[in-house]
Amino acid sequence: MNVAGAPPAVGLADGLTLAEKILARASGRDSVRPGEIITCRVDLALLLDSGGPRRIWPRLRELGAGIWDPERVVLVTDHFTPAVDAASAAILKLTREFAAEFGIRRFFDMQGIGHVLLAEHGLLQPGMFACGGDSHSSNGGAWGCYISGFGAIEMTGVVVTGEIWIQVPDTLRVTWEGRFADGVVAKDVMLALCRDLGMDNAFRVIEYVGSTIDAMPMSERMVLTNMAAELGADTGIIPPDETTLAALRAAGTEPDAGALGWRSDDSAAFLAEHRYEAGALEPQVAAPHSPANSGPVSQAAGTPIDQAYIGACVGARLDDLRMAARILRGRRIARGVRLLVAPASSRIMAQAAEEGLLTTLTEAGAYLLPTGCGACAALGAGVLAEGETCISSTNRNFQGRMGAHSASVWLGSAYSVAAAALTGRITDPREFL
Amino acid sequence: MTSRAGGHAWVFGDDINTDLLAPGLYFKAPLEELSRHCLEAVNPGFAGSVQPGDVIVAGRNFGMGSAREQAAQVLVQLGVGAVLARSFGRIFYRNAINFGLPVLLFPQAGEIIPGQRLEVDARRGTVRDLAMGQSFTVPPLPEHLLGMLEAGGLMPWLHRRLAARREAAQDV
Ligand code: SF4
Repeated sequence: MNVAGAPPAVGLADGLTLAEKILARASGRDSVRPGEIITCRVDLALLLDSGGPRRIWPRLRELGAGIWDPERVVLVTDHFTPAVDAASAAILKLTREFAAEFGIRRFFDMQGIGHVLLAEHGLLQPGMFACGGDSHSSNGGAWGCYISGFGAIEMTGVVVTGEIWIQVPDTLRVTWEGRFADGVVAKDVMLALCRDLGMDNAFRVIEYVGSTIDAMPMSERMVLTNMAAELGADTGIIPPDETTLAALRAAGTEPDAGALGWRSDDSAAFLAEHRYEAGALEPQVAAPHSPANSGPVSQAAGTPIDQAYIGACVGARLDDLRMAARILRGRRIARGVRLLVAPASSRIMAQAAEEGLLTTLTEAGAYLLPTGCGACAALGAGVLAEGETCISSTNRNFQGRMGAHSASVWLGSAYSVAAAALTGRITDPREFL
Repeated sequence: MTSRAGGHAWVFGDDINTDLLAPGLYFKAPLEELSRHCLEAVNPGFAGSVQPGDVIVAGRNFGMGSAREQAAQVLVQLGVGAVLARSFGRIFYRNAINFGLPVLLFPQAGEIIPGQRLEVDARRGTVRDLAMGQSFTVPPLPEHLLGMLEAGGLMPWLHRRLAARREAAQDV
């Protein structure tokens, strides 16, 4: 049965979807079917400062247990970096002590957001089964692996036993064909999909395929899998191809032999298949307080803003900084508006400096913030006051997400955020391309 | 914890997300303080008046959003006895069971009037509305999850598993 109330998959095909193949491998079976509850061995566990050591360590003490395999654990400080008060400083200190105590070699301290670091360091392989203590762990599914987010209590179970139970999800396949118009990017795809597919897709995996996806670099693919979390899905996944393997090599990791074999069988049963034409898509924004409140940016044009934010795992990649710089080059942001930019990792910060993007952005009036989650979840610098309006390249605009309860957050691509910063109002970014 | 609960109904709509349940602004605060802000954006009186055993009845996608386990923990802290919803966010759903909080699919959520006394039995898959004398059948939980719930959640379950492992190690 489906505990989240999803109807059972139709069809009796014997093929497996990509997600089912990975879950079968991880649970030591030949085959799995949607709805079955299985126990999987975990290849990699991502722990973040937010739901990681500070919540797991006391439980390990209570259990008198250690970590099943420190080599399979990646630990990152990102939500509370840099410390802004004694409480966040204490969390970071505890996280560092945890890394030392349990001998976690892959500990990335103040180097960027965990989901981005997994990709930068080539830590995800096609066919892998991984768990992360954060809902946007699905980000990594772009690498052809099954990586899903869990709460800290569940990650405690993972680090103690190296195992987790999974109810095999249905797979929903989303196909995008063709090329985007200039100014349209993966973020616009996801805002449109939140509206179209809704945010209530628990116990489903979203598999993205089609010529549009084939043409995307890994960074854009990760926007699709990252925001599978907004669709409410267990995770998002993209079958690996030559782009995946080349990116893996560029990150210093030799792909497993047979990596390209991780794809859905032709005879696999999907819960549903949705097809879209990329050429028909316009830049999208999501109105407060839900990513599903989305529509073409032109329909919201003119809405005044106080803050424009380029940040987060999903919205402050090198691509996003390039988009913003393309709009802002040689221009100044509007009076009375603040544009905050928090690059998603130290490496991205360095690359952006090298390309001159940081100069372009700051000359246009942007205020540069440290790398980390920051204002995305109201944990660091850049939070909103009561009644303020922000347009943000992040993934979530729930009420209270970025600060005060009465603040309003719009979501859009870095193009749309930069365009709004220029005019002080929500603006179709194509006016500035 | 148990798979049964009884108390007054608190009724909410669709898409109650984790930022509403455990707002980021109070995230670093101790659980007691965080729980005082639970759902305040949609019902400022909730955290102050909810009684042990009370039942949350909600629409679709309850608990959607982040992985923060505090979204489930604050409800346990406030004494909520069960959550009935038309559907759930996956991570919240798992977190709730891990904390021993019964979460049941309840397609009939729209029929419940706020404040009504409800009795919930997750093992039997029933919800009774005492004032209206009505009884609803709901999809039962899979055995695996009922077992976790009745064990009191993941921590007691892990305790047991580790104890068994230690015993096995001593036998050899
Ligand atoms: S940047 Fe935002 S969405 Fe991404 S991991 Fe951090 S808090 Fe979560």
